[in-house]
Formats: sequence, structure tokens, C-alpha cells
Amino acid sequence: MSMEPTPSQTIGPFFHYALFTEDLSELVAPGHPDAIRVEGKIFDGAGDIVPDAMVEIWQANAAGRYNHPEDDREDVPLDENFLGFGRAPTDENGSFSFLTVKPGAVPGPDGSLQGPHILVSVFARGVLKRLATRIYFPDEEEANEHDPVLASVGDPDLRSTLVARSEGGAFRFDIHLRGEKQTVFFDV
Amino acid sequence: MTHETTLAGYRRADGDPEHLYPEYKSTRLRALDKPLAIQPHTLSEITGPAYGHGKVRELDHDLTRQHEGEPLGERIIVTGRVLDGDGRPVRNSLVEVWQANASGRYVHSGDRHPAPLDPNFTGAGRCLTDGDGRYKFVTVKPGAYPWGNHENAWRPAHIHFSLFGEAFATRLITQMYFPGDPLFEHDPIFQSVRDPKARHRLVSTFDLETTEPEWALGYTFDIILRGRESTPFERPHE
Ligand SMILES: [Fe+2]
Repeated sequence: MSMEPTPSQTIGPFFHYALFTEDLSELVAPGHPDAIRVEGKIFDGAGDIVPDAMVEIWQANAAGRYNHPEDDREDVPLDENFLGFGRAPTDENGSFSFLTVKPGAVPGPDGSLQGPHILVSVFARGVLKRLATRIYFPDEEEANEHDPVLASVGDPDLRSTLVARSEGGAFRFDIHLRGEKQTVFFDV
Repeated sequence: MTHETTLAGYRRADGDPEHLYPEYKSTRLRALDKPLAIQPHTLSEITGPAYGHGKVRELDHDLTRQHEGEPLGERIIVTGRVLDGDGRPVRNSLVEVWQANASGRYVHSGDRHPAPLDPNFTGAGRCLTDGDGRYKFVTVKPGAYPWGNHENAWRPAHIHFSLFGEAFATRLITQMYFPGDPLFEHDPIFQSVRDPKARHRLVSTFDLETTEPEWALGYTFDIILRGRESTPFERPHE
């Protein structure tokens, strides 16, 4: 029996006290030998910062395995302690930040291999439905070149909105909701 | 053969609002203005976090028992099932809710509505769905509240819901409304869902069965997440 989904509505501005009862911005403990910092700012169509958004991430572990029953590749090690999920608010400067590990490459359609990437959801006041994008890594040029999802974004300028920059020991990924510099969002 | 060829993606949702709905002013600078990039669902999108397991405490679903005393307002029970697009229960999955108090005021520091806070009400709850996909919250009916969208703008009473489902693709944040609210026709957030049938799916139903005598009115609200495509790994070509 096919049923029509419940429509999306905005998260609104007043979610923090309910959705941030614990710190979900650190996917690994500080001091983890392979920890990376992924951070950025969110901007609106006027170039102003968005201080009231929620960012969520979903990723595979360092070996490239998702902590989910659908990823049943037993030849790739699963780390039970790494959920691969993070959630962070933007602060008064429009900034968000995560501590995680770089995910391994994961399989793509038709035998392809996807470059290491982190899935991102953005929710905010004025955003009526989840915005989905992907963070790729600047030091994975070759893997990125063969990534089928990146390749499906034909325009190189648009494609570049999906690749983080190395900056001050962190991976920097700014998100532009609208306008000239708009980040590519996917029809997930 | 590679693993990927056994995977089925999720169907796209038709009833969602467009990103830009100018009557809702905040969308004017925050709605994307380039078309969405089309991609096939990969292992990344059909997996997703099983977040919340082991985190939910016994009273997290009862918003009337999180403080010393009882909150003011009309006590209500809100219950329903989380189902996938094929009517199957979504089990053991986190449901998060938040709402204004009976006066229409959020505990949030950014809420400037000059209505009283209630020391006995925070307005945040969560629970895991059971084996039938069912969730249940006990709370008070939230008040309507004014907002700055336009002259004399008021939000109809609503409860915010956050759901995960089984995959990144099924993540949903929405709002539940109460039946027959006179503010529906004046609320651009509710009206941003253009299809009246889809809009109707945001409205709970008063239910005498759920209502508990001498204690609380009952409302039911089923939440339907996106369904899985039936043909593995093939998506329709447009
Ligand atoms: Fe609200």
C-alpha cells in the first residue's frame, strides 16, 4: 500500500533547547589520533551570516563503512563506537564546527567508487525543507575526479562548492544558501 | 557483482513545499535559487544514523512531568505511528518534539513574545517508536503566538516534530497542527504546502479513543516517511 509522505515544515528559530541537550559536534573524542576539524559558516542570499541554522552530518568511518545494517560489507571493518552522525548549531557568527575522522571511500553506482565525503543536512528558519549537500576533501583530487556524484555536477564552478578548503589545520566548508555563490544542493 | 547493485533508493516526496514561498518572508533570502542537482541514491543516502538509542529516559515523552509541579494549560495526549511510504512501521526510531507553552511562549532565549513563561514547562520531549512504529507524548496544548512575518501575523498552535526513519534520505522535520484552527488560512508556513491534501496530512485528528476520561484530550497524528523504490538500483530516466 503506497502512502503519501507527511510534508516538510521549517525547523523555525526556537529548536535549540530541544535538539541540543547534549554536544553532538564531536564524533570522535578530542585527542583521537586521526581527528579532523570540519568547520564553516552559513550565508544567506544577501551574503549575511545565518546564526540560527542546524547542521547535521552523516558519514562512513575511516575505513569507509557505514554504521547501518544496509552496509553489510563484512570485508570492511565496522567500528561500533563510531556512529557517524553529528549535529551542530550555527552560532552568532554563523559558524558551525565538527570534530570527526575523514571517511574512507565508499562504493557508488555501477561498480564505481565514491570519493571520501560527508553528507550534510541544513535546517533553518526560512528553509521549508531540508537542504542536502556533500563535503568532499581537497587532498583527494584523484578520488574526487572519479566520483560519480561530483561528475554529475557538470559545471566546475558549481562542483567546487562541494569541496572543502584546507585552512589553519581544518577543513573549511562554507555554505551559501542562495545567490551567485550558492552551494550545490542535491535532490536527495 | 558490486554491493551497490542490490540497493533500492527512496521515492521523492511530492507534497513538500517549494523552497521559495515569498509570503513567508524568511524564504526570500534563504531559499536556493539554482536548481537541485539530481543524483542517484547511493549507499550514503540509503544508510543513516540510528541516533537516540540508549539516550531516551523514561519520562522524556511526558512533558507534564519534567518539573516540580504541573504545567498550566490543557493537558493532551499526542500519539500516532511513524510509517514508511508503504505503510510499514518504522520501529525503534527517535522522535523529537518541541513546542511553546499554553500561553504561546517558548523557553528559547530568542522568543520575545510578552506572554508568561511557565516554570513547570520546558516543552521538549523525545521517545523511540515501538514495534508498531508508535510514539506517544503527554503534554499541554501549545498556544498560538505572534511573529514578525507581516502585520498581525500569528502562528496556529503547533508542535515541531523531528524524525529520522531508516536512512539519510528519510530525515524529516515538520510541524503538527490541531484540527479546525482558524489561523490556517492566514499562516504562510502552513500554506507553503500548496496541495490541500498534503496540507491536511499536517493536521492531527481529535480522537475520543485516545482521550482519557477526567484527565486529557487525545489527538492522533501518523507520520509517513518516504517509501523505498521497488526496483533495486534502477531509477526512472527522465
Ligand atoms: Fe514554532
